[in-house]
Amino acid sequence: MLHIERLTASVGDKTILDGLDLDIAAGEIHAVMGPNGAGKSTLSNVLAGRDGYTTTGTVTFEGGDLLALTPEERAAKGLFLAFQHPVEIPGVGNMYFLHTALNAIRLVRGQPEIGAVDFLALAKEHMARLDMDPAFLSRSVNEGFSGGEKKRNEILQLSLLEPRLAILDETDSGLDIDALRVVGEGVERLRHPERSMLIITHHPRLLEFVRPDRVHVLQAGRIVRTGDHHLARELEAVGYGAAAAR
Amino acid sequence: MSDVVDILVEREYAYGFHADLETELAPKGLDEDVVRLISAKKQEPAWLLEWRLAAFRHFLTLEEPTWPNVHHPPIDYQDMHYWAAPKPKGPAPKSLDEVDPQIRAEFDKLGISLAEQERLSGVAVDAVMDSISVATTFKAKLAEAGVIFCSFSEAVREHPELVRRYLGSVVPFRDNFFAALNSAVFSDGSFCFIPAGVQCPMELSTYFRINAAETGQFERTLIVAEEGASVSYLEGCTAPKRDENQLHAAVVELVALDDASIKYSTVQNWYPGDADGKGGIFNFVTKRGRAGNRATISWTQVETGSAITWKYPSVILQGDDSVGEFYSVAVTTHHQQADTGTKMIHIGRNTTSTILSKGISAGHAQNTYRGLVKVLRSATGARNHTRCDSLLIGPDCGAHTFPYIEVKNDTAQVEHEASTSKVSDDQLFYCRQRGLTEEDATSMIVNGFCREVFDELPMEYAVEAQALMRLTLEGAVG
Repeated sequence: MLHIERLTASVGDKTILDGLDLDIAAGEIHAVMGPNGAGKSTLSNVLAGRDGYTTTGTVTFEGGDLLALTPEERAAKGLFLAFQHPVEIPGVGNMYFLHTALNAIRLVRGQPEIGAVDFLALAKEHMARLDMDPAFLSRSVNEGFSGGEKKRNEILQLSLLEPRLAILDETDSGLDIDALRVVGEGVERLRHPERSMLIITHHPRLLEFVRPDRVHVLQAGRIVRTGDHHLARELEAVGYGAAAAR
Repeated sequence: MSDVVDILVEREYAYGFHADLETELAPKGLDEDVVRLISAKKQEPAWLLEWRLAAFRHFLTLEEPTWPNVHHPPIDYQDMHYWAAPKPKGPAPKSLDEVDPQIRAEFDKLGISLAEQERLSGVAVDAVMDSISVATTFKAKLAEAGVIFCSFSEAVREHPELVRRYLGSVVPFRDNFFAALNSAVFSDGSFCFIPAGVQCPMELSTYFRINAAETGQFERTLIVAEEGASVSYLEGCTAPKRDENQLHAAVVELVALDDASIKYSTVQNWYPGDADGKGGIFNFVTKRGRAGNRATISWTQVETGSAITWKYPSVILQGDDSVGEFYSVAVTTHHQQADTGTKMIHIGRNTTSTILSKGISAGHAQNTYRGLVKVLRSATGARNHTRCDSLLIGPDCGAHTFPYIEVKNDTAQVEHEASTSKVSDDQLFYCRQRGLTEEDATSMIVNGFCREVFDELPMEYAVEAQALMRLTLEGAVG
């Protein structure tokens, strides 16, 4: 599904990703963990197509060159990024935003548009599972949301847009334990043989609710160690420096 | 980000066509003879000619104002026509069916189908082309409610006592340079009269169209709502693309007597000029309302057109407990310049005013909010809340805010908030990551910024305003 080979990314003369290799097969959940400054957010930004990075190396997604696509083309091909800091868009209703996004992607996929009534029913069904108040729909996108509400809203979008590859960038940061459980269970529910996930995180807390197939340690812009879910516990016990050295 | 600037800079003006109508023109230039000619063409009574001449003589003593934050080559007031009318092809039309088909086709092209307006939409329309009103719909139905809605010329003929009582009562011809000019040479416009206690049964609307070249448009609108009456009025405007600048100097007067309410909405889309700033309408407009006891006057404007906009819809809060509102979206792109805002003059006790201004600037445009909140000694308990938000798109545009506050009564509460923001890369990237194109994302973010103002528009205009905003932001991507 996703094949990353010798990926480098720099901003100005600062190299952030420095020869990163990563393979994710369909249906797998991978976790990339690393200390602050290791390049975690850069990895998610580069994969989603954010401006401002100079890259070398190759990224193949569903057999095509990912780096050649615009952000919206990547979204239409099924790449979804749950943002670490979801931005506020004043005056734009959440329901309108979600509905427009879903139909934009369906249009590119050749699927018929979903009308407002059907969409509302669909959105409410997904929201109930995430323990979200339907009043969210009538508020402006992320405006005045608490940290936890923003993250839930990201998971709601993830479940509505049904991507092939979901990247979760520090989705667990700033969540209390109850919110963490709701989000974690929501993510686990989205596990599907045709869907891959890349969970980027600083802490292993989310991994108590989502069991990854592979765990990678990212340090200084490259993957320095890979293991199964036990690696996450080891990281928690001994820290990144010691774990990376083993 | 630069793509967004391109989107805005590449916008196309959709109403730039013109019809080859045979037009009757006054000779170029401005003198007493032209004023007399206009008055004679309209077979006006002597008192009105005298009023025009007094205005003209006063105009000659005035200088064009230089304080607005706009820059343009000097306007040669002798190098334009002050009267242009599509030539009648027979006697004046008695019904819509008799309106010149070519003129009707022109309005159809603008999306204002006069016949359909009458049949379907339930909005009464007065269509004004160049100097004259060509059709007014729904007159009979309105007359049943006692509402008068007709062209200004017709009002002068049919209801001279009303016109004489209220003309110049809110905007006297001595008010300012452009108001004096308008008073001397105004050609047509709309007149509405809602008698005491009547809620106008439908939205009233005037559609202004400049068609003729090298012609100024000087219309006048007068709306009177008697005690306890209410009305919602909409105005729209477009003009053909031409390389030269054309002058539009209108006057709008609103009279809301005790307990009356007038809601006045404008979607202004005059030709803004091309990408290099060539051509476009110079829009110098004086709009003001006077509110009696417990009366409400509400201005909502969406300003997307014109090379230059100079306009301050204002409310004189004369009566106790009267309410004034101003909701504005002004968009400037390319080389457009807007200097717009409002004046709220608090005279009565416990008067309240609300100002919400949203300025959007892109390209090389300059967008200025200029507002005056004046609380007189008599206005005990007056309250004002003002919020001015500016949105900048790209590095070469400007937003300016000039709030003037004069308070002579220490019980008044006056609040002013202002913000300046940009369409952020974070917002655009977020939307694009969800599958929206950069163009759709920009349009969505800008519409969101304007939403509180659009919410004040009557439903059908809110939809039109959003579509217009989209069109304004549409362009080269994809």
